[in-house]
Amino acid sequence: MSKIKSLDELKNLQQSVQGATELRVKFEQGSGKYRKHILVCGGTGCMSSESNEIHAKIQEELNSRGLGEQIQVIKTGCFGFCEQGPIVKVFPDDIFYVKVTLNDVNELIESVDKSETIERLLYHTPETNEPVTRHDQIPFYKSQQRIALRNCGIINPEDINDYISLGGYQALGKALTEISREDVIKLIKDSGLRGRGGAGVSTGFKWEMAYRSDGDKKYVICNADEGDPGAFMDRSILEGDPNSVLEAMAICGYAIGSNEGVIYIRAEYPLAVERLKIAIKQAEEKGLLGEGIFGTDFSFKVSLSLGAGAFVCGEETALMNSVQGLRGEPRMKPPFPAQAGLWNKPSNVNNVETWANIPQIIINGADWFKSIGTEKSAGTKVFALAGQINNVGLVEVPMGIPLRDIIYEVGGGVRGGKAFKAVQTGGPSGGCIPASQLDLKIDYDSLQSVGSMMGSGGMIVMDENDCMVNIAKYYLEFTVEESCGKCTPCRVGNRRLLEILEKITKGNGTEQDLQELKDLSEVIQDASLCALGQTAPNPVLSTLKYFYDEYLAHVRDKKCPSGKCVDLLKYIVDPEKCIGCSICAKNCPVSCISGELKGKYTIDSEKCVKCGVCFGKCPKKAIVRQ
Amino acid sequence: MINVTINNINVAVEPGSTILDAAKQVGIHIPTLCHLDLHDISMVNKVGTCRVCMVEVAGRRALAPSCSTAVTEGMVIHTNTQRAVRARRTVVELLLSNHPSDCLICAKNRTCDLQTLAADLGVREIRYQGVHSKHPKDTSSYSLVRDPNKCILCRRCETMCNDVQTVGVYSAVNRGFETVISTAFDNPLLDTSCTFCGQCASVCPTGALTFVNDIPNVWGVLNDPDKFVIVQTAPAVRVALGEEFGLPVGTRVTGKMVSALRRLGFDKVMDTDFAADLTIMEEASELIHRLQNGGPLPILTSCCPAWVKFIEHQFPELLEIPSTCKSPHEMFGAVAKTYLAEKLGIDPKKIVVVSVMPCLAKKYEANRSELSEKEYQNVDYVISTRELAAMVREAGLTFNELPDEDFDSPFGESTGASVIFGTTGGVIEAAVRTANAWLTKSDSGKVDFEELRGMKGVRVATVEVAGTKLNIAIANGLGNARKLLEDVRDKKAEYHAIEIMACPGGCVGGGGQPTHHNDYSIIKRRANALFEEDREKPIRMSHLNPDIQRLYDEFLDAPYSEKAHHLLHTTYSKREL
Amino acid sequence: MSEFSPQIAELDGFIDTLDSLEGKLIVVLHKAQNIVGWLPTEVQNHIAHRLRVPASKVYGVVTFYSFFNTKPKGKNKISVCLGTACFVRGSGDIADEFSKRLGIGVGETSEDKLYSLDSIRCVGACGLAPVVTVNGKVYGRVTVKDVDNILKDVGGNA
Repeated sequence: MSKIKSLDELKNLQQSVQGATELRVKFEQGSGKYRKHILVCGGTGCMSSESNEIHAKIQEELNSRGLGEQIQVIKTGCFGFCEQGPIVKVFPDDIFYVKVTLNDVNELIESVDKSETIERLLYHTPETNEPVTRHDQIPFYKSQQRIALRNCGIINPEDINDYISLGGYQALGKALTEISREDVIKLIKDSGLRGRGGAGVSTGFKWEMAYRSDGDKKYVICNADEGDPGAFMDRSILEGDPNSVLEAMAICGYAIGSNEGVIYIRAEYPLAVERLKIAIKQAEEKGLLGEGIFGTDFSFKVSLSLGAGAFVCGEETALMNSVQGLRGEPRMKPPFPAQAGLWNKPSNVNNVETWANIPQIIINGADWFKSIGTEKSAGTKVFALAGQINNVGLVEVPMGIPLRDIIYEVGGGVRGGKAFKAVQTGGPSGGCIPASQLDLKIDYDSLQSVGSMMGSGGMIVMDENDCMVNIAKYYLEFTVEESCGKCTPCRVGNRRLLEILEKITKGNGTEQDLQELKDLSEVIQDASLCALGQTAPNPVLSTLKYFYDEYLAHVRDKKCPSGKCVDLLKYIVDPEKCIGCSICAKNCPVSCISGELKGKYTIDSEKCVKCGVCFGKCPKKAIVRQ
Repeated sequence: MINVTINNINVAVEPGSTILDAAKQVGIHIPTLCHLDLHDISMVNKVGTCRVCMVEVAGRRALAPSCSTAVTEGMVIHTNTQRAVRARRTVVELLLSNHPSDCLICAKNRTCDLQTLAADLGVREIRYQGVHSKHPKDTSSYSLVRDPNKCILCRRCETMCNDVQTVGVYSAVNRGFETVISTAFDNPLLDTSCTFCGQCASVCPTGALTFVNDIPNVWGVLNDPDKFVIVQTAPAVRVALGEEFGLPVGTRVTGKMVSALRRLGFDKVMDTDFAADLTIMEEASELIHRLQNGGPLPILTSCCPAWVKFIEHQFPELLEIPSTCKSPHEMFGAVAKTYLAEKLGIDPKKIVVVSVMPCLAKKYEANRSELSEKEYQNVDYVISTRELAAMVREAGLTFNELPDEDFDSPFGESTGASVIFGTTGGVIEAAVRTANAWLTKSDSGKVDFEELRGMKGVRVATVEVAGTKLNIAIANGLGNARKLLEDVRDKKAEYHAIEIMACPGGCVGGGGQPTHHNDYSIIKRRANALFEEDREKPIRMSHLNPDIQRLYDEFLDAPYSEKAHHLLHTTYSKREL
Repeated sequence: MSEFSPQIAELDGFIDTLDSLEGKLIVVLHKAQNIVGWLPTEVQNHIAHRLRVPASKVYGVVTFYSFFNTKPKGKNKISVCLGTACFVRGSGDIADEFSKRLGIGVGETSEDKLYSLDSIRCVGACGLAPVVTVNGKVYGRVTVKDVDNILKDVGGNA
């Protein structure tokens, strides 16, 4: 394969491969070979419900029907609507099918061939049960604006030509041949882009610091150690559009004066690793990575470094230690990575989503990017909606969108029609935001002002049945397990916080404990060495702030209002409803229920282990949980 | 200079200073715990893990650790705000909440930094109760005791063992609350490549790393009427023991030490210095022998047991070059239980030799099988300088008021050459003095080889001995030793003789010495005291020691003789890493 | 010769292909676990020797990262996702149920070496929460009642 030596050559190549994606973006065959495209989501969520097998079966059927030359089946990255997976899309008809199964394949192919629509596989709006054909008519997608995810679910991530056909690598070409290093940095600074992985530091500022640091060697690092449980945007970008990250890293390399990039990625993401490997290989073959890119004297190579299961390695200095083969303990800052980072060389670390924005900013300009979002938080943000919400999935919305819109319009509201209680943002470092803040316009600063943070963009919805003390405990368990153990406040302090929370959920807490929780949390924030420790108490402090009543109920009345804290539960038989069928007694594992057949049964609460079996088995719902 | 304001006081400090440095300059004390700056030996433990020294810096969201935050122009610092003090105290409470409260019976009672800190901060209650770490105590070795439950993860030992000594026995293992400083696979120290230099224990702020207590054994034999107990004291002990009793650093307390030992009940109080002279007789002979018989060269001194174990583990391919001489106190034991036993008419099995050493590795060394005869060990017990001080206190002796007394004969006489064994460069200088005299056949030649002295980690000098130029290298600290040995192994440098001592500064900085409280000038002042003693000695070359001459005449025949070989030399063997 | 000699030889082959040994500890540990399935002491010692780092440092790294196993895993690896999305949909109860059924705690392996039970943090299939993976196969929308069936599925292989 010949290497691309100029921007013009790249544009020529784009022309020649444009047909590959015209069906999908212009809804016309154009110069392409196929008259139809069937896109099957190959993201991890859909693959978990057999999308791989569906893809294979479609290919097989197409071949056996002799349609293989007319209809192409393509495995894409995640398109976001994971709740409804596996997702299949048909172009140029622009039909969006949900929850497709292997049994639907034959019918699907027939309908595609005949340009028909299978109504039962369409998404139906929950309120009216109306079928919706196009994805952009579905409320889930209506408020979305895709920059970072622009290619996810549209291109074949394993074919660099798909990426090039949509203008891929032109930002790199433009930067290298038309913009000075300083101006690239200025552009990124002016765009107002802030880090999408944590504290929200200005990306341009970081680049400038690395640019200004002297060093015979510098590194560009992609932080793909997405550790927040419930957040999967980085994985989706890497699985769905890996080249966008490679292109952005090369642009940064040019700007700060580095010729080596490292992607630090979780070992738990085998698919993303595989697709990155393919992308790197293809980019090297095309000369878009390697020596003398675009005929300039700029060289850039990218390697992968696998994590090994430590949340703290998402912290940039811990990440660098891990790349160096050490324990992932964070380092003291300063010196900042831009001054002394990987192998003590100036390094710039950005996370996957941040990288994915870069090429678009280079192409469309800073003003374009700034026009999206809010004044201090430009652009869009990808959120992973999960928990007790109808539309679990990945959404990209402009900064400043009200929380209510995300939860109720995009997210389709709380599952099972239950009442919204809180949304947790920012993962274990974030906080729980209550219903009273639903009109909050989401950006970096507003989230911080309510005691949470953007973090990587996880959004977990809790409903009336979730106990907020238990949720705080859950996050603390996570932090305690993931603490590196280096500094005292995090190592011992968070452990003690957890112990106080355990005491409260077991019914042994006092009001004094609530004060201790607050005091200790504040010291941990103040005195911990790294961001993991400093933010670990956020779930505790935010729940204390917004759900103090729930805490009080636990310590004062020894009751868990949502019934989640088993030790505070009591099961009793409602004599009004009990018909004396003895099912509860027969199923009780500790034989603590007694009574006469056809009489009234009673539970010995001393012996009861609160397993809840009787509660589930009683045909008359006569067992009451208090 | 950089201008900062601390507690409203303006101060200009050198660039690169930390907040802690700047505070010190204006007399503000910020408590620290993990911080350790021994820049003399290039050891700086600046890990910022304990979070005790937190201060408020204007404009920063969180508090800053003063030990590891560099000052910047115009920085405004407050060290004693309520917020900073609350954090400091809470951190100490958290440490205490996972620390045994057996202070009264802890080996570190009264010398524990954590204990002092808690007292200074007036901690009167521990608000946080919860699980304690439960790690097994490691009492496997003859030298060191590890009690990880008392570890506060300051990482000083890890830095010392890995960065300074390059032994690499310790690492942090596990993570989170389970983190502990441990050995590979949590193996007992005895089964590791630990050299027992004890430097880890020297810098441990708590009772997590202490030494094996041999005091009860020594009391046992002192009170056993069937035992004849001979004590010997190493040169470095006499210049440090006084510190334990509040005397100025560098005070020589030889006479008081002898009288204290006598009052403790030892039957004979003798001097390892005598055996050091004996060592020189053998080692200088070996050097001359190797010089005249085509090697192998260089010859490496072998007085330091930690260093011997280090080479056995780390450089097994070089095991033919160390001198085969036993270390002085082992030579002492060997002749005490033969020559002296015969002279005194006592069954050697009834003789107990106790060594008072600045060293913890000597405890291990005494138990090496190569250093035992069929029926007895050359040396039975080794106690450290600190243990001797403890015995003196326990016996109720008022040390500072004791009269000065002399060592017992015949192993009490020593020369200036033997005295300087206790400091880096001293052994090789002593050997050169005698080798020079022998080769020039004159005892009136050069005595002071200044070019071999100093405290630098690695020193190289060329000394002219009887017309021959000898290239001599000296290393103190095992990391420095490693550099020298790598050069020798890779044939990058050619030396005739090399002296190595495992502890920074030599034996005066040994792991069994009184704590230096992170002040390395103390080590230097001890070394100076040894050179003072050397200058004041009437005899300053080992071979002129009349007791030594008599020993050879009456018993050993001649230096490097077959009999001397049998009693005074040893062998080394490869050990696994 | 030891139990692991053939695997160590294979690992040596890999180490020989590395252009530099500096900082390669985690890379080599990944490879070793790939080959052996876990990281026996003998293998860790060998890696220390080959990479010229103290064995204590190898052990320090191995025990830091949850991905590395110092004990052999069971034939069937059952992992319950305890990521937040799964947790709020009840994965904690599912983990407890597996634990009860198998008689082993999370992170343990049954005595007959047939089962290992682990927790994982988010496999990114939050749409299917709560999620359980068995030998890499994903089971979605699992309820406590499904535990039986999953174990029966696995039992077929055991």
